[in-house]
Amino acid sequence: MDGPLIEFFRAARSAGLRVSPAESIDAVRAVQVVGWEDRCALHDTLALVMAKTVEEKRQFDECFDLFFRRQGFRGEAPTPGEDGDAPDAGSPAAGEAEGAGGAGSELGRMLLEGDQAGLAAAMEAAAQEAGIRNIAVFTQVNLFARRILERMGLNALDREIRALAGTPQGDRLARAREMLREQARDLVQQNLLLFAKGETERWRERMLAESRLTSIDRRDHERMRILVRAMARRLAVQYGRNRKRDRRGQLDIRRTLRRNMAWDAIPFLTIWKQEVIDKPKLVVLCDVSGSVAALAQFLLMFLYALKEALSGLRAFAFAGELIEVSEILERQPIEKAITEIMTKVGFGSSNYGNSLADFSNGFLSILDRQSTVIILGDGRGNRTDPRVPILQDIANRSKGVIWLNPEPRTLWGTGDSDMLRYAPHCRVTAVCATLAQLERIITDLLKDAR
Amino acid sequence: MSKPQGAARLGATMNDLLHSIPATEDGLESAGYIPSRSIATAVYLAHHLQKPILVEGPAGVGKTELAKAISAWLSLPLIRMQCYEGLDESKALYEWKYGKQLLYTQILKDKMGAKLGEESTLEAAVEKLHGVGDLFFSDHFLEPRPLLRALREPGGAVLLVDEVDKADQEFEAFLLEILSDYQVSIPEIGTVKAVVPPFVLLTSNSMRDLGDALKRRCLHLHIGLPDAKLEGRIVASRVPGVAEGLRRQLVHFVQGLRGLDLKKLPSVSETLDWARVLVLLHARELEPDMVRDTLNVLLKFESDIEAAAPRVVELIQAARRDAGFG
Repeated sequence: MDGPLIEFFRAARSAGLRVSPAESIDAVRAVQVVGWEDRCALHDTLALVMAKTVEEKRQFDECFDLFFRRQGFRGEAPTPGEDGDAPDAGSPAAGEAEGAGGAGSELGRMLLEGDQAGLAAAMEAAAQEAGIRNIAVFTQVNLFARRILERMGLNALDREIRALAGTPQGDRLARAREMLREQARDLVQQNLLLFAKGETERWRERMLAESRLTSIDRRDHERMRILVRAMARRLAVQYGRNRKRDRRGQLDIRRTLRRNMAWDAIPFLTIWKQEVIDKPKLVVLCDVSGSVAALAQFLLMFLYALKEALSGLRAFAFAGELIEVSEILERQPIEKAITEIMTKVGFGSSNYGNSLADFSNGFLSILDRQSTVIILGDGRGNRTDPRVPILQDIANRSKGVIWLNPEPRTLWGTGDSDMLRYAPHCRVTAVCATLAQLERIITDLLKDAR
Repeated sequence: MSKPQGAARLGATMNDLLHSIPATEDGLESAGYIPSRSIATAVYLAHHLQKPILVEGPAGVGKTELAKAISAWLSLPLIRMQCYEGLDESKALYEWKYGKQLLYTQILKDKMGAKLGEESTLEAAVEKLHGVGDLFFSDHFLEPRPLLRALREPGGAVLLVDEVDKADQEFEAFLLEILSDYQVSIPEIGTVKAVVPPFVLLTSNSMRDLGDALKRRCLHLHIGLPDAKLEGRIVASRVPGVAEGLRRQLVHFVQGLRGLDLKKLPSVSETLDWARVLVLLHARELEPDMVRDTLNVLLKFESDIEAAAPRVVELIQAARRDAGFG
């Protein structure tokens, strides 16, 4: 009875849902109350117990459809998916059909007669035998498809087709064999999606977090965005609320009296004065010239996903010159905004001195002692005047400058890099080349904001 | 788990009322709440598995209304606890009636003196005091707050913990014991167990993500904005005065409005308000001028109204067309 459910939990975990043992127990109890008969009710029930966020509901819907569609078997006969609705109907039938593979002609008979239910059951049983639930990577698809077909009696069928070669019946069988091959592949693909997706996905995500942001493939960008958003979301939840800290030793007399009213205001319970931990106020200057552009994109994405944990955020982009991009970033989704910014200033050769001067001329007044300036760039100004005093001025007016550099420290100061000249005026300099490093830096920033 | 007779009988009638999902759907409808299937399933399961429901969704889709409807339908008292930052045990669970305790000690001073005066030694007096010591920390001096009230309600209750995301994280942890075992521990008295497990609903606006531990103990129901058909039924049930033609048009108009890029999409409560306004204005059909004048009922941001106003005519035409087909 619970067999299919337990397998469904595995599939759901692989799809990224966090189904704890407690939740699986609840799900089993819930299904006992509701029953298997009504697919709609089953869906609603499991969704209530297993998926606990909007995002998880979506993943759940996908997984549910994929899983309970699995038993369906489509062929050229006019009764498609008739047996697909009963999720546990396949297993008892499979037992009977198990001997079918050995007979050889049994498979041929089923193909010729278009016995969809029998084929579906036989294939399901063969797949179970082949251990399809353990499939882990996509390269195994052909192997498993082959194993399933062999267990269904492919060799006997081949012999049969050779014997009947030339006759119309032989042709029909050969066509049916191709169909069968395809269906076996589909079945394996589906199982791969159901049971192996999570594993590979997690592995890829770990790899992506550790690999250099500048060298990430374009096709991985979408996945990176999801990853960045998840990271930022986690931090935003942790730091998004107003945090307070007791200043022990300083009595808050008003609140203490109020709290102790019941005891004639004799202070049994003391309440200390609290100070509010400020959310950081950030000004970000991003180098979007060719060398650092990819990184700038992820930094901006990170910070904008984090907005509720910050009290203010102004973003500037520069290459040869500097413009404010806060408005562009707020107006539209990040992917489009980045493209627009790139077309406006990006991909030129960078001139740090000039850009700092632009900032100092136009926006120096937005800095106050609560704001932290983050500069993202490799500090390579193509041998132009670095104008270090401007950075010094910026550092003096703000709470501090944090310089994030994608290059490893050993390269700082080599060639046209002015990094070592800027470094003395920065509160923090850090190497920031991977997503993991980026997360660490931002977490530190949020933590010691005061 | 031996329940008193009354509770068992009550459980039986509740089982009768909640014997199937369609019955639940009908029951909620009879209380004036038109549920979607997943809402009815959630209520049905919550009763049969004795689990709380965590309801999430945008403001104004009827999260709180659901609790009211359940309480009206099952004729259970509704006990509501509004969460906010800084909510603590003494406001949510119980408090001692300090004033009364003080008053009683004052009044009983003489009696005590007389009683203790008989004893010759200090030890004996203390011994005597121990006998009455628990007097001041007993039920008489206990001020039950919503959570404790819900547990002690003899016939069961509907407990609504509203906007649980506004409360602090610590409070969430405090809720866990109540949600999973329907009991609370009061240090001075002991553990209070629910007479009849209350029907618990928690609502959240997703101000912040709730902890996994809390979510794990609940059925998670997400109520989204309804489709035209469901919304039409809701309007018909809540604002009976509105004619059918107008109702269809206004529902489709609101649905169209939700397709625009707005800061805050109008939800069901706004649709209902608007329907009431249109009834008051004796409207028979949607007219562009009238819609423009009453747009502030639907949209709560100046920028949203500015964005929607120029498209009113177009939206009305679309609504009329859809209403004709629907």
